Amino acid sequence: MYGFEALTFNIHGGYLEAIVRGHRSTLLTASDYNNLCQCETLDDIKMHLSATEYGPYLQNEPSPLHTTTIVEKCTLKLVDEYKHMLCQATEPLSTFLEYITYGHMIDNVVLIVTGTLHERDVQELLEKCHPLGMFDSIASLAVAQNMSELYRLVLVDTPLAPYFSQCITSEDLDDMNIEIMRNTLYKAYLEDFYRFCQKLGGATAEIMSDLLSFEADRRAVNITINSIGTELTRDDRRKLYSNFGLLYPYGHEELAVCEDIDQVRAVMEKYPPYQSLFSKISYGESQLLDKAFYEEEVKRLCLAFEQQFHYAVFFAYMRLREQEIRNLMWISECVAQNQKSRVHDSVIFIF
Amino acid sequence: MDLFRSERMTLVQLIIPVESAYCAVSYLGEFGLLQFRDLNANKSPFQRTFANQVKRCGEMARKLQYFKDQILKSGITSFVSPTMQPDLEIEELEIQLTGLEHELDEINHNDEKLRMAYNELLEFKIVLQKASGFLLPSKRDTYAEIELGENVHSNGNYLQTASLLEEEVIPSTLEQSRLSSVSGIVCKSKRLMLERMLFRATRGNMLFNQSPADEVIVDPSTSEMVEKVVFVVLFSGEQTRTKILKVCEAFDANCYPVPEDVTTQRHIIREVLTRLSEMERTLDAGLHHRNQALISIAQCQAKWANMVRREMAIYKTLNMLNFDVTKKCLVGEGWCPTSSKAKIQEILQRATYDSKSQLGVILHEMEPTDSPPTYFRTNSFTKAFQEIVDAYGVAGYQEVNPTVYTIVTFPFLFAVMFGDWGHGICLLLGALALLALERKLKNQEVGSFMGMLFAGRYVLLLMAVFTIYCGLIYNEFFSIPFDFFGGSAYKCRDDSCSTAHTMGLFKYREPYAFGVDPRWRGSRSELPFLNSLKMKMSILLGVVQMNLGILLSYFNARFFGKQLDIRYQFLPQMIFLNSLFGYLSMLIVVKWCSGSQADLYHVMIYMFLSPTDDLGENQLFRGQKQLQIFLLLLALTAVPWMLFPKPFIKRKLRQESFQGCEYRRLGGSEVDDDMDNEPDPSNQRYGDFNFSEAFVHQMIHCIEFVLGAVSNTASYLRLWALSLAHSELSTVFYERILLLAWGYDNFIIRLGGLATFAFTTAFILLMMETLSAFLHALRLHWVEFQNKFYHGNGHKFRPFSFSSLTEEGGH
Repeated sequence: MYGFEALTFNIHGGYLEAIVRGHRSTLLTASDYNNLCQCETLDDIKMHLSATEYGPYLQNEPSPLHTTTIVEKCTLKLVDEYKHMLCQATEPLSTFLEYITYGHMIDNVVLIVTGTLHERDVQELLEKCHPLGMFDSIASLAVAQNMSELYRLVLVDTPLAPYFSQCITSEDLDDMNIEIMRNTLYKAYLEDFYRFCQKLGGATAEIMSDLLSFEADRRAVNITINSIGTELTRDDRRKLYSNFGLLYPYGHEELAVCEDIDQVRAVMEKYPPYQSLFSKISYGESQLLDKAFYEEEVKRLCLAFEQQFHYAVFFAYMRLREQEIRNLMWISECVAQNQKSRVHDSVIFIF
Repeated sequence: MDLFRSERMTLVQLIIPVESAYCAVSYLGEFGLLQFRDLNANKSPFQRTFANQVKRCGEMARKLQYFKDQILKSGITSFVSPTMQPDLEIEELEIQLTGLEHELDEINHNDEKLRMAYNELLEFKIVLQKASGFLLPSKRDTYAEIELGENVHSNGNYLQTASLLEEEVIPSTLEQSRLSSVSGIVCKSKRLMLERMLFRATRGNMLFNQSPADEVIVDPSTSEMVEKVVFVVLFSGEQTRTKILKVCEAFDANCYPVPEDVTTQRHIIREVLTRLSEMERTLDAGLHHRNQALISIAQCQAKWANMVRREMAIYKTLNMLNFDVTKKCLVGEGWCPTSSKAKIQEILQRATYDSKSQLGVILHEMEPTDSPPTYFRTNSFTKAFQEIVDAYGVAGYQEVNPTVYTIVTFPFLFAVMFGDWGHGICLLLGALALLALERKLKNQEVGSFMGMLFAGRYVLLLMAVFTIYCGLIYNEFFSIPFDFFGGSAYKCRDDSCSTAHTMGLFKYREPYAFGVDPRWRGSRSELPFLNSLKMKMSILLGVVQMNLGILLSYFNARFFGKQLDIRYQFLPQMIFLNSLFGYLSMLIVVKWCSGSQADLYHVMIYMFLSPTDDLGENQLFRGQKQLQIFLLLLALTAVPWMLFPKPFIKRKLRQESFQGCEYRRLGGSEVDDDMDNEPDPSNQRYGDFNFSEAFVHQMIHCIEFVLGAVSNTASYLRLWALSLAHSELSTVFYERILLLAWGYDNFIIRLGGLATFAFTTAFILLMMETLSAFLHALRLHWVEFQNKFYHGNGHKFRPFSFSSLTEEGGH
C-alpha cells in the first residue's frame, strides 16, 4: 500500500491529522522559552503562559502557585486533547492512540506496586500517576502480594495482560523484581507496538519503526548503564533488550557484556547515528547522556511532521508535548528554588 | 459637518511625574478621548513597570469571579439592590476580598467536612437497614454456610489450592463459628468491578449480597447525586478480611460494621437517626450562614468587579508609558482629537492639583510619524450607519466619509427593492417598538439577534419610512392597489372589460396623481409596464449614485491636494461614465417626457456597432446622431486619458526631484564623503518609486473603471429584479392563499388561510425578503458606490476610556 495513502488517508484520518497539526503549532517556541527562563516567580510563569494555549487551564488558579499545579494543569490540557482525538478516531487509529498510553500504564503499575511495597498511602500514589495511564482497577493493585497475584487480580483486565505473560513468577515483589518487571513489560510493549505499526504499513510503519527503534536502543543503553554493578546476570540483562532496533542483534550481544560506561560508549560509537551523540559527551560522563538522548528524540519527533498521511504525527505530538511539560516543570522548579543559573541545563527547545 | 471628514487628530506627548501618573491616567480614562501608543511593545508583560499591580488586579478579578461562581452555584438570585456602599480604596478592597475569600473558603471547607460526616452517617444508616436483611441470624446463616461448603467442594477438584482452602473452612465449620461478614456501600457504577475483584481475590470463597440504596447521596466534592448500592460480603478467615477490606478501599467502598445482635442493631439505628437529625440542623445553619455571606458579597460584586476592571485598565495603560528612572517621570505618547486638546490639558492640571504634585504634567504636540487614527463623533442615530460603512473598511484619516450619504441612500435603495406600504407599516411598528423600549433595552443584555436588531433600530426606522414612501409610489398594500390620490385615469369603453379587464381601457382624464395607476393591476400589460418603469428607474438611480461617488473622489483629491488625480482620474472618469450611461439616462428621461416609442436598447447597441448609421424611427431628437458620435469619441479618448498620463507624469516628477537631490549630493561630496551613507531625505519622502508597478497599477485601475462602468450599471438592475420578486411573491401569497381560502364559505378554511397568509407574510416577506433586500442594498453601497472613491485603509480611534471598558465587560 505504500505510496497510496494519499488516496484514502483523509477519509478517516484527515480531520484528526489536521487537529494534531494544529495542536503542534501551539507548542512553545524558543522565544517563549527564553521569556520563561527570565521569569522571577511562578506567577510570572503563569502570566506568560496565560498568553499561550495553557491560558484557560491556569486562569483560575489561586495565586501562591506550586510547580505541581502548573505541571498538573499542563498535563490536563494534554489529556483533554488526547481524549478529544481518541473520541474522534476510528480503527486502526484509535488502537494506535491507545498504544501510546500503554507506556504510562506500565509506569503507573510500577509506581503503585513500589509505593505499596514501601507502605505509602494509595490515594497519594494515585495522585502521582500519569493521567494518561489510568485504568479502572488501578487502585486495587495495592492488594497484590506477588507477581502472579498482580496478574490474576488486576492486570488480566487491562491491555497489559499479554505483556505480563512473560514475567509471571510467584516470587514476592521487591525493588529488583519490580524493576525487571517494568523492563520486561516495556520490552513486550515496544515489540508489540512495533509489530502493530509494521502491520499498518506505509509511511506509518516507516517513521514509527525509526522512532520506536530509537526508543528501544535508548532503553537498551539505559538498562545497561543502570545494571552495571548490580547482581543482574548478563543473560538476564540480555533478555531485557527489545528484539528490534538498530542495535539488534549484534549491539545487544556487546552491550550485554559491558562492565562500565566507557565500554558502552565504545559499543555505541560503532553505530553512526549514535556516534555523533556520544561525540558531544566527554568520557566517563553519563549525566549528560539523558539530555543528549532527549534532544535527539525531539529532533526525530519533529521530523515526523515533515511527512503527511501517517499516524506517527500523533505519537510525535504526544511525546513533544510531554517533553514540553518536562521543560516547564524544570523551569518552574528552577524558578521556585532560586536556581536560575541551572535553568538552561535541562530545557530542550522543541522549535 | 462633523461626519463628512474625521476629526483632526494630534499626536501629543505627555510627561507625567510619577506621583500624579495614576491620577492623570484615571482622569483621562474618565474623559476617554486619548489613545495611548504602546511604547513598550518589545517588553513582555511581566517585564513592564506595573506588572505587579496588573497581577494583583488579575488576582482580585479571579477572586471576584470565584465569588460569582459561588453565588451562581448557590442559586441566589434575589438580593436587595445595592444600598449606598462606602467608596473603597483599591487597597482596602484587596484586603477585604482576601478576607472574604478566606472566610468563604473556611465556610465551604467546614460545610464539606460536615457533609462528609453526614454522608457517613447516612450511609451507615442505609447499610444498617439493608444489611440486617441479609444478616438475619441462625437459619439464614447456616444456609449460606452450607452453600459455601458445597461451593468449596465442587471447586476443590479444579483448584490447586483446594487443600489449603479446606483447611481454612473445615475447622471453622467444626468449631461452629460463624462466617465473618463485611458490609458497606459502593457507587453503583463500580459495583460489578468490585464484585469481580472480590471474587478473584478470595478465589470465589465468598458470598456477595447486594441491594440498591433507597436514597441518593450527594458527593460533597462535585455536589452531584450519586446512586449507591449496599453490599454484604460473607467469607471466612482473617486474612481474607484484610484482603477484602483492601479491595473495598481501592474501590472507594465505605465499610461499616454491622452488629449481629438485633437489639444492638436497633439501638444503633436509633442513635444514628438522632445524630442524623442533629447533623441536618447543623448543616442547615451552615448553609444559611453561607448564603448570608454570599448575599452580602452579591450586593457589591458588580461594583467591585467594575472597580477592579478600571484599576486593571489603568495599570495596563501605565504599562504602555515609558518609565524614565532618572527623571522620575513617565513619558507617554498618544493620539487625541485636536479639538479636545485643551480639555485634556485642563484635566491633566486637575490631576496634578488633586495628587498634590509639585510638578505639572507637560503636554506638547509631536510630529506624527504614521497616519493618525480615524475618529468620527457619532450619536445613537448615525452610529449604526457608520458601522455599516466601517464593516467594509475604516475610512482613512480625513477621507470623505460615505456615511453622510449612506444615511439616506441606504434605506432608500432598500425601499426601492422592498416597496410595499403594508409591509412598510409592519416594519415601522417594529422599529417604533424598539425605539419605545430603547431606554429599557440599553442597559440590558439581549441575545445576539435582538442585539443586532436593536443596534440597527434607526436604520430600521428609516427603512420602514422609505418603504412606505416607495410602496405608495408602487401603489401596493400587501400587493393590493388603492386609489387614494383621485380615481384611475382609465375606464372601460363598455361592459366587456369588467370580465376581461385587459382590452378596451382608454384614458379619460388626467393621469393618476401620485404613483402607479391602480388600473394597471391585473391587466395584461401590467408586467411589461412595471418592468420597464422599474428598470429605467434603477438605471437612473444607479447613474446618479455612481456620479456622486466620482464626485466624492474629486472632494478627496482636492482636500489632499492631489492635482494629478483630479486631472487624470476624476475628469476622464466623469466624462466616460456620463458620455455613455449619462447619455442613456438622458434618453430615458426624454423618452418619458415625449412618450416616444424608440427602442433604447437598439440605440445604445448601435451607437457602438455602427455610429454613422441613420437612427430611423428610433430617433428621439434632432442631431442625435451627431451627438452620439461626439459622445463616443469622448468616451474613447477618456480611456487613454485615464491610463497613460498619470504614471508618466509621476515618473517625471520623481526624476526632477531626484536630479535636485543629486546636485545637493555633489555639493556635499566635496566637503564630506560620508554623506553617501546618510539616508536621503527626499528618497524617503517619495518612497521607492517603481515605474512598471505604478503603470500596472494604473492599468488595473483603468480597466476596472471601464469594465465597472458597464457592470456596475447592470448591477443596479438588481433594484428592479428584487422589487419585481417582492411584488410577485406578495401577489402570489395574497391571491393564491388568502383569496383562495376566502372563496370557501367555511370558517375553518378561512381562518387557516388567514393564518397561512400571516405566517408567510411575516417569515418570508418580512424576514427573509428584508434580509435579502438589506444585503443587496449593502452590496450596492459597498461595491458600486464606494469603489469609486473610498479607500477604507484607515484604523479606528480606540481611546482609553472607562465607558468602553464596561461595555466590553458587560457583553
